[in-house]
Amino acid sequence: MVLNINNKQHSVNAGPDESLLMVLRNHLDLTGSKYGCGEGACGACTVLIDGKATRSCITPASSMEGKEITTIEGLEKNGELHPVQTAFLNADVFQCAYCAPGMIMSAVSLLQKNSNPSDQDIVSAMQGNICRCGTYPRIIKAIQEASTV
Amino acid sequence: MPISRRNFIKLSGLSGVALTLGICVPSAGKNIIQVINANTTGGMGIELQSWISIDISGIVTIMTHRSEMGQGTFQAIPQMVAEELEVNLDQCNVNFVPANPGKFGPQPQEGSYSVRGWYRQLLQAGASAREMFIEAAAARWRTTASECYAENGSVIHRSSGQKFGYGELIADAAKLTPPQNARLKNRKDYNIIGKPLPRKDIPLKTNGMAVFGMDKRLPGMLYAVVERSPRFCGKVKSINDSETISVKGVKHVFKIQRAVFENLYEGVAVVADTLWAAMEGRKVLKIEWDDEGFEHLNTETIFSRMHADVSALLELPHAPTRFERAFPEATKKIESTYEAPYQSHSCMEPVNCIAHVEADRIEIWGPIQEVNWIQNDLSARMGIPTENITVNMTFLGGGFGRKAFPDYPHEAALISQKINAPVQVVWTREDDMTAGPFRPGAVYKCKGGLDKHGKILAFQTLMAAQAFWPNPTPAPPSDNDMVGILDGLAKPYLQSIPNFSFGYAPTKAPIPVMWWRSVYASTNAFAVESFIDELAHQARQDPLQFRRTHLDNPRYQAIIDKIEHVGDWKLHTKKQGQGVAITECFGGIVAHVVKVSRGRDKKIKIDKVIAIIDCGWYVNPDTIRAQLEGSIVMALAAAYKHETHFQDGKAVEKNFDRYKMPRISDIPDIEAHIMENDEPPGGVGEPGFPPLAPALCNAIFDLTGKRIRKLPFDMDAL
Repeated sequence: MVLNINNKQHSVNAGPDESLLMVLRNHLDLTGSKYGCGEGACGACTVLIDGKATRSCITPASSMEGKEITTIEGLEKNGELHPVQTAFLNADVFQCAYCAPGMIMSAVSLLQKNSNPSDQDIVSAMQGNICRCGTYPRIIKAIQEASTV
Repeated sequence: MPISRRNFIKLSGLSGVALTLGICVPSAGKNIIQVINANTTGGMGIELQSWISIDISGIVTIMTHRSEMGQGTFQAIPQMVAEELEVNLDQCNVNFVPANPGKFGPQPQEGSYSVRGWYRQLLQAGASAREMFIEAAAARWRTTASECYAENGSVIHRSSGQKFGYGELIADAAKLTPPQNARLKNRKDYNIIGKPLPRKDIPLKTNGMAVFGMDKRLPGMLYAVVERSPRFCGKVKSINDSETISVKGVKHVFKIQRAVFENLYEGVAVVADTLWAAMEGRKVLKIEWDDEGFEHLNTETIFSRMHADVSALLELPHAPTRFERAFPEATKKIESTYEAPYQSHSCMEPVNCIAHVEADRIEIWGPIQEVNWIQNDLSARMGIPTENITVNMTFLGGGFGRKAFPDYPHEAALISQKINAPVQVVWTREDDMTAGPFRPGAVYKCKGGLDKHGKILAFQTLMAAQAFWPNPTPAPPSDNDMVGILDGLAKPYLQSIPNFSFGYAPTKAPIPVMWWRSVYASTNAFAVESFIDELAHQARQDPLQFRRTHLDNPRYQAIIDKIEHVGDWKLHTKKQGQGVAITECFGGIVAHVVKVSRGRDKKIKIDKVIAIIDCGWYVNPDTIRAQLEGSIVMALAAAYKHETHFQDGKAVEKNFDRYKMPRISDIPDIEAHIMENDEPPGGVGEPGFPPLAPALCNAIFDLTGKRIRKLPFDMDAL
């Protein structure tokens, strides 16, 4: 199959039902997207599919041909961090940061749809992403900061 | 620590290094620190514990020998070294070093120990290097060291203003004998320590480049998953792998054992050339388990047993305790029993490990807290000398104690040995959540009596729980301060309460258990600080003032003053409940004040949590606040969101659908404060966890009159 990931075409020889997450991590060495639960319940594997936050662990890679896939590795443009990444960096959000790629991708997806989200909008959009270190207060701050850019 | 003789300087991987300093402990127990010049070689019978390397361009590389699981050592260690070295943190690289007790001494990442255990050595190492550069520069200027000072990676001549960069001085400095007791800076002169500087690992963590255990790859590496016995002690009776081996990519299927102390837990490994193939192969694996010869327990059975064990403690022969002598004299007497559940650590990064075992050597890569224990454990179990075992740390996607246990590297090493290739063993979320080891549940029986003035006259706490260590013995009631078992208790209670006694019953059950964040304190604090509240209520006293009376110690009095000030303690109204708890563990004292009220839907909501920590001398206030915030979130979940149940000998909760985690909507307003004083540094990562549950339950009691004595509780049902 051929997948369009971070604006590059990748030819992949994957199993028929292999998840997009497995293809990213194990065939293409794009290990930024994380395995956390395998059932779409924690958000660590979140990528953008045509701009929409999607759980790659429960998405078959074969269904993604012809779609635009963006992972955490593809957010930087011309060596510049995405404004959401900069906001997370400035707010010194993360501790272990295993959830970080998924958190950032969910936040990017939110801000693409809604450039000025209320606190309630932020909470609704981020409800599916678990952070075991408990950095949620800073995540809200970072998204608020990114939305003012 | 035994002394091994070795040539201890190894510069591989560092280019253009001219000066490398190590900190050494020459003999066990004496804790003498030496600083070793890079050019010194030869067996000096010393143990190199850490090092700083500086290259000719003045770039400083600081080796961090402590694992980074989110708690901030990757920042705190360089921050301490750079302060005394007088370099800007931007000039510093930070690298992990592998486990090697011969070089780095003990490296276990537990006990909130990185700063409090290492600050003297790290400051001294930085200061020693700084003094060497000053001495080298003074010699060039033909003046004395006192005429020069160091600043921002350079030495400056006071009178002329001339300067040399450290890089220019390295060739000379490296020839000097390092000073052993270099002058340390005054705290008021710090530019780096005590400042909320951004963490050096965060850039890597915002663009997906940080390498966690799961992300590490070795050439030729295979992947394995293990179907472990669903009942903890089940043995493999038979394996039917005919479908499994027909899955494309699957290479091996075999029985494997994993050791938790003396217990061997069985499973069947499926090894394949991709993780997906290994997982697919596992799905069609057929295993018959032998479940004879051990108990198939339910949660209810285990807790009944703990209740029986805790009561039976009183029947054990023992000398009369102070409590037993004083209690009859009390004018008011109360007794309460508390329960805390079994829980799964559930780090966001499930357990995983890479092992490469060759004839006489082992290399491990993974998210690892306990590098030395793993090295020793592998050596003992596999008969390979420790010097041939390298344990490399990656970033950890959470640890909380789980990744301090050597079971998963042992399992990975056995699989690698069997297939004669490097292998990454990946635990699925379900594996991680059901196999344990778990934080053990606990039952406490507290008894207390007040004198006629409403002061505590006698207090007894008895605990039953599965022990962390093999072959524990029951401790009948006594007046001894049981170190560890009593952790979390605010220590001045032991002085202020005249008759305090303890007892401990190790309950037996075939469930693998181990510590999690704050260890015993994670459950002790709930019982003790709830019971103190119950006594305050009996005495008809304000719970904070009651604690003031019983915590006769200036640090605690200062914390109580702070609570009155920032916690609006005296302003509270009937519409809001407030609760407090103060606990101490791993050298850190933490108070939580929790405010609760009823929302429009009549359900109880947490309005605010105020955390106050006294951790003495500290390095990075922002990291400390982050740890306090995170501890509160983790402890909230532990108090009212999740529990691992057991049914018919198996763990029930397998993934986040049933093991409920805190979500962003659950987070109350959190405020964190740090006490300023000149006490020695204390722990930070763990001490922020224990006070939350009792403070929350005390607040709920204040609002509703309902006393919660069993965790987790259903917040919506109150």
